Amino acid sequence: MTSPADTEEAATKPNYLKMLLADPLAFIAAIVLLVVAFIAVFGRQLAGPTATQGDLALSRLAPFSTDHGWQYFLGGDLLGRSLLGRLMVATQTTMSVSVPVVLISLVIGASVGMWAGYHRGWRETLAMRIADVVLSFPSLLMAVVVLYIFSPSIASIIAILAVTRIPVYLRTARAESAELQSRVFVDAARTFGTPSGAIIRRHIFPIVLPTLLTVATLDFCYVMLAESSLSFLGIGVQPPDVSWGLMVAQGRDQLRTQWWLSVLPGLAIVITTVSANLLASWVRLATDPGQRWRLTTPRRRRRRRAVPVLEA
Amino acid sequence: MLLDVHGITKSFAVPKGRLRALDGIDLHLEKGETLGLVGESGCGKSTLARTLMLLERPDAGTVRFGGVDPFALRKTDLQRHRRRVQMVFQDPYASLNPRLTAAEIIAEPWRTHKDLFKTARERAARVRELLHLVGLRPSDANRYPQEFSGGQRQRLGIARALALGPDVVICDEPVSALDLSVQAQVLNLLNELQKQLSVSYLFISHDLSVVKHVADRVAVMYLGRIVETGTTAEVFENPRHPYTKALLSAAPSLRRADREKKEKILLTGELPSPIDPPSGCRFRTRCWKATDQCATPPPATADPATPGHIAECHFPLSLTAV
Amino acid sequence: MTDIGMKVDGLTVDLHTPRGTVRAVDGVSFTAHRGRTLALLGESGCGKSMTAQAVVGLLEPIAEVTGGSIDIDGEDLLTVSRKRRRQLAGPALSIVFQDALTALNPVVKVGVQLAEPYRIHRKMSAKAARAEAIELMRHVGIPEPESRADSYPHQFSGGMRQRLLIAMAVALSPKVLIADEPTTALDVTVQAQILALLARLRKEHDMAVILITHDLSVVAEEADTVAVMYSGRIVETGPVDQVFEDPRHPYTRGLLESVPVDAERGADLSSIPGSPPDLFSIPPGCPYQARCPLVMDVCRTSRPALVKTGDRAVACHAASASGSEGVSHAA
Repeated sequence: MTSPADTEEAATKPNYLKMLLADPLAFIAAIVLLVVAFIAVFGRQLAGPTATQGDLALSRLAPFSTDHGWQYFLGGDLLGRSLLGRLMVATQTTMSVSVPVVLISLVIGASVGMWAGYHRGWRETLAMRIADVVLSFPSLLMAVVVLYIFSPSIASIIAILAVTRIPVYLRTARAESAELQSRVFVDAARTFGTPSGAIIRRHIFPIVLPTLLTVATLDFCYVMLAESSLSFLGIGVQPPDVSWGLMVAQGRDQLRTQWWLSVLPGLAIVITTVSANLLASWVRLATDPGQRWRLTTPRRRRRRRAVPVLEA
Repeated sequence: MLLDVHGITKSFAVPKGRLRALDGIDLHLEKGETLGLVGESGCGKSTLARTLMLLERPDAGTVRFGGVDPFALRKTDLQRHRRRVQMVFQDPYASLNPRLTAAEIIAEPWRTHKDLFKTARERAARVRELLHLVGLRPSDANRYPQEFSGGQRQRLGIARALALGPDVVICDEPVSALDLSVQAQVLNLLNELQKQLSVSYLFISHDLSVVKHVADRVAVMYLGRIVETGTTAEVFENPRHPYTKALLSAAPSLRRADREKKEKILLTGELPSPIDPPSGCRFRTRCWKATDQCATPPPATADPATPGHIAECHFPLSLTAV
Repeated sequence: MTDIGMKVDGLTVDLHTPRGTVRAVDGVSFTAHRGRTLALLGESGCGKSMTAQAVVGLLEPIAEVTGGSIDIDGEDLLTVSRKRRRQLAGPALSIVFQDALTALNPVVKVGVQLAEPYRIHRKMSAKAARAEAIELMRHVGIPEPESRADSYPHQFSGGMRQRLLIAMAVALSPKVLIADEPTTALDVTVQAQILALLARLRKEHDMAVILITHDLSVVAEEADTVAVMYSGRIVETGPVDQVFEDPRHPYTRGLLESVPVDAERGADLSSIPGSPPDLFSIPPGCPYQARCPLVMDVCRTSRPALVKTGDRAVACHAASASGSEGVSHAA
């Protein structure tokens, strides 16, 4: 029924790099994200002085020409600074706001959500009511109020955005956890006397995680836009510092004449979000043993592939 | 006596009142024996199993395991107790975490009971032994549940239940999700394991032919009570509670000889709600022998010839001529 | 002989799955006679339910009928127009599903659901159809049908819901009734009631009943003819008494021996080794070869045809070899 070769294939531990190479879209997404991460760390040094000190002669320079050096390949802004350089500098600010926001709200929301969903009862009710209260405030309005009271620093932006995004993860984690805790394999773990924390870590978290990652990648986009709204209102990122969202906002007035001023930073947001999303859906497949074959089996071979079922 | 359950009751709050899942259950289990627990859906079998697994705490009554009340145990003693009672679940698809390999599933209980093995090498060796014991191959260790057939999955579930070396294994409908040809393999395995390890089984099933094959003694449940107990032969050959007789007659038989011998009893009416069960004998609303007397609690009567064969009935069948 | 209710010939169903195309039903032929019960017997994945779905035209979108014919009164269900097929659903052919709770609409009163066949096919008024529906409920043994007609499906017990489903199926007195595992979800005492009901209705309406089940004992009690399926094919067919007394296919024999009838307590049951082949890896030759005690070289290369001897037929090289020479040449 099943050839020995199949047995070997199934018995080996998953090779994530090989699976990543097998999915070209996810592979490109991973490269893009690596590049973004690299620029976020080293962008300021790489961009050089043209990113901060403009040459008014190059103001509103059109993109896609190398006449003024590679820095000006994507054109110049109103003050004649290189747009490419500005984008690279902005990457750092954008990432240092959105990544912590997403991570903090993910960790807190997921932990509380899984705990609430696993135990049900009053814990669930309490967690959900608090989440409802947070969600019922218009989150941007809350941010505006808080940031007017406190000084608008990166740390306070992160804190306020993280608080408003926690319910998103909390609700997702709670729903999945509540469903999982009634599964028979969780009951089985209870019969061994496994403590609830260990059951959540072992049986709930790994199954909820891919869903949370997908939510997180979508939320990433939301956070970047929320940050740009705050920046546009003058209570977010403060000039001369700049973020992608702020660049989109600042360039809006010139959309008819100098479209690249807001379209190119907008493109950066879209490309990053889409890449993160593609990678998240790859992670969903790669971490699920039942779906993994979709990545390890080339499309043309599937027709002939046997599902490994051995005699009992 | 390994396990002795006396008078346990358990009820749940539901929107319409209290659902009385268990209403005074008495049963006992000896070392190395199999007690078959038979009853239809909603009779309380699963609640009983969950109570014995300490997943539910009874409202009243006592559970003694080797003379000890597990519900009175403190943390470490409780963990030690849990090793002695393990469970095989009905659905071999839902009861195994799809993200874990066979070896991880079998070793799962040891993550909580860390003192059983000192080294990873010992654990791996024990996993191989258990795989061998349930008829799986060493190379199956790194496979995921979905790569196995239903029968193999149930073997895996059995291996996991044996991982802590239990004295009692509660088998909750262990073969009812399996195809007939595979069902026999798993029943044979359970039988073989009992001979080797002298474990006791509480074997819950709705399939009378399976219970007849595996059980030494049988307990028949109806609406939260055990209405008849006795040795398998006594209960199947000479049922004394009308419900048992109806249940046996309703099961279709394969052989023509059995069919011709059998008197068909078609029960009328519906199973009463466990929220508001009938007073006295639970079965009186559907029983063809019921009289006004049945509204009072029925006595547990033993057959003089076979004292262990007890039926809770005012008019047990073999004492009053049918 | 009795009237023929339906004749299925060479029915073949392919499944187009993400992993490739597989054959789930492979040249299945049978004849259902009116007033009789034909059982399609097999284990999960053998194609028995897929056969039923193909016959009633309710296949999943990934499944495709790629061959054969389904003949009722001279009309081939596979070639008639969609409109004609809809007209035949009900008066000619109907089905009872396993899961009565999902087969009934949860937000429509049962009286309205049961009236539907009359309104659609007989163009009755709502009032007249309701009267028929109440009569129908009484007919299938639902107590107090007048008041219960205004209840919703979840207010009925599992057995009563199954009765409702059966009522709906027999509303227009079909020639052929397909019952797909009608009692699998039910307790034994309820199963006995439902099987008794089906038997009574079959006689009263002179229906051909096709009973799809995995339960050998149910087949033994209820069916006249049995067709044993394995890996999408019929491997043995004939009158139930004969097939169960003297099974000719090793699979049928293995199944019968697996039933714990009177094996000694503690004694090993005879069992079939292994499990059925996956649809993706059905070997050439006989699909049962890997589990068969009688396997021969020819079984690995050539697929045994269903060879007819009198009322019975079997698809097995070993059975044909031991039978008459003339029969095996005819294959």
